Amino acid sequence: MSYQFTVSPDFTPAQLSGWYIFNTWLQNQTDNAIHLEMYNDFHSQRKAIEEDRVDLIYANPFDATMLVRDKGFRPLVKPAAMSDEVIIAVSATNLVEDVEYLEAGIKLAVTDAPDVQMMGMIMLESGDLDSSNVELITCDANILVAKQILREEAEVGIFLASAYDELSSMIKDELRILVRSQISVIHHSLMIGPNLLDQREKIHDILLNMSHDEKGQGVLESLGFQQWETVSEDEMEFMIDLMDTLMM
Amino acid sequence: MLHDMKLEDIVGDQYKEVTLDLYGGFTRKIIYTEIETPYPDGKLIVSTTDKQGIITHVNQSFVYMSGFEEEELLGAPHSILRHPDMPPAAFADLWNTVNAGNKWQGFVKNLRKDGGYYWVKATVIPNVRDGEVVGYTSVRRKPSLTKVDECIKLYPTLF
Ligand SMILES: Cc1cc2nc3c(=O)[nH]c(=O)nc-3n(C[C@H](O)[C@H](O)[C@H](O)COP(=O)(O)O)c2cc1C
Repeated sequence: MSYQFTVSPDFTPAQLSGWYIFNTWLQNQTDNAIHLEMYNDFHSQRKAIEEDRVDLIYANPFDATMLVRDKGFRPLVKPAAMSDEVIIAVSATNLVEDVEYLEAGIKLAVTDAPDVQMMGMIMLESGDLDSSNVELITCDANILVAKQILREEAEVGIFLASAYDELSSMIKDELRILVRSQISVIHHSLMIGPNLLDQREKIHDILLNMSHDEKGQGVLESLGFQQWETVSEDEMEFMIDLMDTLMM
Repeated sequence: MLHDMKLEDIVGDQYKEVTLDLYGGFTRKIIYTEIETPYPDGKLIVSTTDKQGIITHVNQSFVYMSGFEEEELLGAPHSILRHPDMPPAAFADLWNTVNAGNKWQGFVKNLRKDGGYYWVKATVIPNVRDGEVVGYTSVRRKPSLTKVDECIKLYPTLF
């Protein structure tokens, strides 16, 4: 039997090869045939989940509720000490010092990652901004959000914080951060579906031990982090309750 | 049950005292000041409760903003944050809304352990598992100043 593994489509270009390397490593370690399917957008990935084609997923927090509640997925691990945070930034020449002073009607550039959009809009609410009084420009990547601001096509940008931090210093010099979120409890997680559940413990242990193994370490490096950390059922429930509250 | 507030916990020497009647037929002596702690940028304050409104989980921002220790919060009724300037009608509306299975949103002035206060925009939902309510979650975010100003004018009229 062959399983399907997929990754939240908000991966950065640099991580793409990392996920393929990871998948090869995982197949070797677990003796499973695992096919990695990288979907281009959230819509097509959700369709695959709907149709029960996915067995293992590095999931966006936005999809965690559906995966756990409707599809019987369980949490495995997440990158250690990492969480999904957003940055609200403007052009360095913009005089606005606080979200509070942003005006209704502004043009807002944002990536299509649903968790980033949601958290970003929450950070803008204290400035009396919401989807009814801003003009959203959706971009395929964080770098394009930056470009919208630099070209003055958007006044404000919402970024995934880790992607913002990876922008070149030349670009960052032309931007200014208004808010950096510190939510801490919203994160991507590797989750395991019903067909693989009988191997949950084995796979979990293999992942946790990955950083103790030289080859495993190299694979993690290509993904951009040091080690995996367990996501408990409790922690996942708390994140789902939180996401539900924000989405409902 | 909640302990009365203690003078030694209060920051500032300008304070008022009042006794609040809380749900379940008990009262609590409140000592409060006019010192506001501004809502920190970029943070969300999160808590979950059981069906009775007893706190079961709080995040770091909750602990920080409330001024309590985590151990003091877990197991306490959520009215531990009840500020005397909040009209009871707001919480009646909160409970009616979530008991009907819906999401409640509102602006809340919360009381700190040190007698000070902080404004939040709160969202509360019932957590439903297999068709049954097992508890509630609340997430607070930074409120807009315009909305807080409206509430400062409106809430005293609701008593
Ligand atoms: C999930 C949840 C979160 C709540 N958060 C608060 C809060 O932050 N501040 C507050 O005063 N009451 C909050 N309440 C309402 C309290 O349970 C309580 O109804 C309120 O403080 C008024 O006290 P009383 O019901 O004893 O009169 C919350 C209730 C729930 C279910």
